[in-house]
Amino acid sequence: MEAGTLVEWRIQPGGNVKRGDIVALVETEKGVIEVEIFESGVVESILASPGQKVPVGGVLATIRAEGEAPRAAPARLYISPAARRRAGELGVELSKLQGTGEAGAVTMADVERAAQKGIEAARPPIPSAEPQAAIRRAIAAAMARSKREIPHYYLAARIDMSRATGWLREENLKRPVTERLLYSVLLIKATGLALKRFPELNGFWVDGGFKPAEGIHVGVAISLRQGGLVAPAIHDVDKKGLDELMKSMLDLVSRARTGTLRSSEISDATITVSNIGEQGVEALFGVIYPPQVALVAFGKLTEQPWAENGMVGARPVVVASLSADHRASDGHRGGRFLSAVDRLLQEPEKL
Amino acid sequence: MKRETATIKMTYREAIRAALREALLRDERVFLMGEDVGRYGGCFAVSKGLLEEFGPERIRDTPLSESAFVGAGIGAALGGMRPIVEIMTVNFSLLALDQIVNNAATILHMSGGLFNTPLVIRMTTGGGRQLAAQHSHSLEGWYAHIPGIKVLTPATLEDARGMLWTALEDPDPVLIFEHGSLYNMEGEIAAGAGPVGISEAAVRRPGKDLSLITYGGTLGKSLEAAQELEREGISAEVVDLRILRPLDAPTIVESVTRTHRAVIIDEGWRSGSISAEITARIVENAFYELDGPVARVCSAEVPMPYAKHLEDAALPQVPGIVAAARRVVGRRG
Amino acid sequence: MNLRAKESMPVLQRDHALHLLREMLRIRRFEEKSAELYAAAKIRGFLHLYIGEEAVAVGVMQALEPRDAVVATYREHGHALVRGVSAASVMAEMCGKVEGCCRGRGGSMHIFDAATRFYGGNAIVGGGLPLAVGLALADKMMRRKQVTACFFGEGAVAEGEFHESMNLAALWGLPVVFCCENNLYAMGTALERSESETDLCLKAASFEVPSWPVDGMDILAVEEAARRAVTAVRSGGGPYFLEFRTYRFRAHSMFDPELYRTKQEVEEWKKRDPIPNFSVLLKEQGLLKEEDLDLIEAEVGAEIHEAVQFAEAGNWEPVEDLTRFVYSEQGRP
Repeated sequence: MEAGTLVEWRIQPGGNVKRGDIVALVETEKGVIEVEIFESGVVESILASPGQKVPVGGVLATIRAEGEAPRAAPARLYISPAARRRAGELGVELSKLQGTGEAGAVTMADVERAAQKGIEAARPPIPSAEPQAAIRRAIAAAMARSKREIPHYYLAARIDMSRATGWLREENLKRPVTERLLYSVLLIKATGLALKRFPELNGFWVDGGFKPAEGIHVGVAISLRQGGLVAPAIHDVDKKGLDELMKSMLDLVSRARTGTLRSSEISDATITVSNIGEQGVEALFGVIYPPQVALVAFGKLTEQPWAENGMVGARPVVVASLSADHRASDGHRGGRFLSAVDRLLQEPEKL
Repeated sequence: MKRETATIKMTYREAIRAALREALLRDERVFLMGEDVGRYGGCFAVSKGLLEEFGPERIRDTPLSESAFVGAGIGAALGGMRPIVEIMTVNFSLLALDQIVNNAATILHMSGGLFNTPLVIRMTTGGGRQLAAQHSHSLEGWYAHIPGIKVLTPATLEDARGMLWTALEDPDPVLIFEHGSLYNMEGEIAAGAGPVGISEAAVRRPGKDLSLITYGGTLGKSLEAAQELEREGISAEVVDLRILRPLDAPTIVESVTRTHRAVIIDEGWRSGSISAEITARIVENAFYELDGPVARVCSAEVPMPYAKHLEDAALPQVPGIVAAARRVVGRRG
Repeated sequence: MNLRAKESMPVLQRDHALHLLREMLRIRRFEEKSAELYAAAKIRGFLHLYIGEEAVAVGVMQALEPRDAVVATYREHGHALVRGVSAASVMAEMCGKVEGCCRGRGGSMHIFDAATRFYGGNAIVGGGLPLAVGLALADKMMRRKQVTACFFGEGAVAEGEFHESMNLAALWGLPVVFCCENNLYAMGTALERSESETDLCLKAASFEVPSWPVDGMDILAVEEAARRAVTAVRSGGGPYFLEFRTYRFRAHSMFDPELYRTKQEVEEWKKRDPIPNFSVLLKEQGLLKEEDLDLIEAEVGAEIHEAVQFAEAGNWEPVEDLTRFVYSEQGRP
């Protein structure tokens, strides 16, 4: 995530803020997020206005600590001479840059980072700032990049869910209604556990190489009512119990739909799980969300004929599929990963 | 020629004394004069033992007449000698300013190139020893303002040992500023260490994130600061100017071109200082290489106070250098 | 005020007598021409005329040998001419031409010449004294039987450098003849308005330096005193101090309205003009005829005419060479 659109301010110049306050709402490609303040003090000046596109890490407002003398906001963008020259060489438009140097000055590193990320700095700002449009544009950019850059391969496996659904039914009978588990929690947990043995599917393709992620943060695709979807992460899936996972998931879904996700939840998924079986789809082959390298999808749970030991019977079956980045992994490993998910779902009590 | 690899332990004071001794042995035109250089052994004990070895003709105690004995050094140089004049401190040299600025620096030019003045003047400079406001200042930057003289600031044992002979061989007046806090600095030096060049600055430590540009008494502090910065992941290059006039601008510019950031550490006062000159050279010659403003760590603009805590606060110190470096590379805290 | 004892009057050789007269006339006519060129803006800056004081420079120079050294003040055209620097090169220097003795970099106040060991041309009152001490120090250390004649005005005795230099020269027994040209005014300040003790010889005596007051308007008295002093100094007797009582007929410089002295006083002193008085003496003694004087005047006039032509035909040093002679261009001389 690189930019968002300021939706509203919850503070005013001269007002007091304290650490932890939510000071603004920003519409991002992943939805509306709350901007939290990490310092206490007095709001000195507000530098961005609602509807304005603001880069991640950019300065939106300045806070003066208690007792600090007020200072004049810089009237113009500070750019180091070397950065200015570098920007000229790389064709990066300076007015779109946010500086990380002294006094917020744009440095050479800022320019080079911007050039590398291919910020379309030279393009004039898009005047419209409709929330749906922003999300649509973000999805468009990410998906186009994915299909342009990532050599996908796709695998699918039918998984017998009779043990899992049977165990879940028993389990839910013991629980009050409010604490019942959805079967998709089992899918997410199984995926998370399987990933521990297949690190090449859990991470990022950056700077021409694969970087394994440190934790297993599963992005859960959630469709939004106004259109579009987000995939906020449930952190450390492999370490969480089913109850905890259930709670996290419900919380994410509700906050995604009210537009109050935190930016960290939006940007740090290490793999995405899509489960649109609810819509009656039997199987789906998703588009990887870059820079992630894999997407696991589960289709609709259906009763299907299942042959075992020469006997045919009806069993609940789900089609699990893997879309994976061929630069980071191969089909052989991908297949074994799906087998691992299968095996884990055959012993639901251990999840 | 076989390279000398054996090293010996030596102090900065001993290195200068060894250089003096070598010069007196090598060239009979060389003599040392100044206040208490003979019987007393030098105010900072640099010339101890030389009177006994070379006699009162060549190790000359002078009256407290800075102007006369510095002028006499100029005259003797014009007369074919190779005098080394010692002035106790840079503050005292102000009593001889007329001779240094109006004569030593100008005679070659006024005479249209007829008369050069091969004179070496050594003096102590700098603070840090609680000697208060008439013995502690760093005025070498002032002298560096004056065309016609050369200004050397040895900060290492090698330079203390090697700059003197090269200075004596120079046809023009050379001022050598010895930082008082360095005399007791001890270290290893090649047993065969000899004359060193006096035209180029030296990169004492390579780095890539910023350049710490300094000289004399603050070289050690700057190297220490660079070590501390390294622990924070900031790679600091340390440039030892060695010579304040003529300033080796190319080395400064090359360093800043590599690192794009500079902090200048100068024990002189900030206003109108050599650090200001270096800043200007960087801006003039490397403006488009700069990735942030040039920063300076200088002495506070007060006459040097006596009390230790105040003197410490007045002088450039390692934490100040580290803080300036962090600021320049955009690190907070 | 003739302090010369009658019986010590030397037996005048005609050639030598005419030489003395000719030298004084050279200075006088050269300076008159200089004033004219100054009015025509061909000579700029400060121009200090020696007219009236010629007997001092001419007399003292008779006692010096080519191997000796001279240090003079900013009123030194006369000294340079008599010492042997050509009128043409001095005139070209004053006109700022590259053919001048200092390539036009010194001007009227800074005449230098290597061949005649003429070390300036010092425009800081008292600034030349330490230099002379140093030249003498070099001679003494190198066991050369040379002396340094150091000229300065009575104004310089108020400077610390006078006292420091007298002390140092006496302390070290250095071969300097201190020649104080007492023309009664330090620019516009009369001696009694600047000195608590106006007997300058007493000041020298306080340093144990032999000192002698001399009638500076009497060429023979000057020569005799100078010979006595130089002989004593050359034989290793240490420094000597001569006070030449003289008077400048012209203003201090070309910008001086002479508010500090009366016209009457100037007219009184002009009665003692060394040139006509010496001419009269020579005529009385039958050593000079009117046609001799005409011939000398014609020859001097021709020399100065040629000098002016040489200067006017001279070239300006190319501006590209502006920064030359700040540091020596060749190695050690």
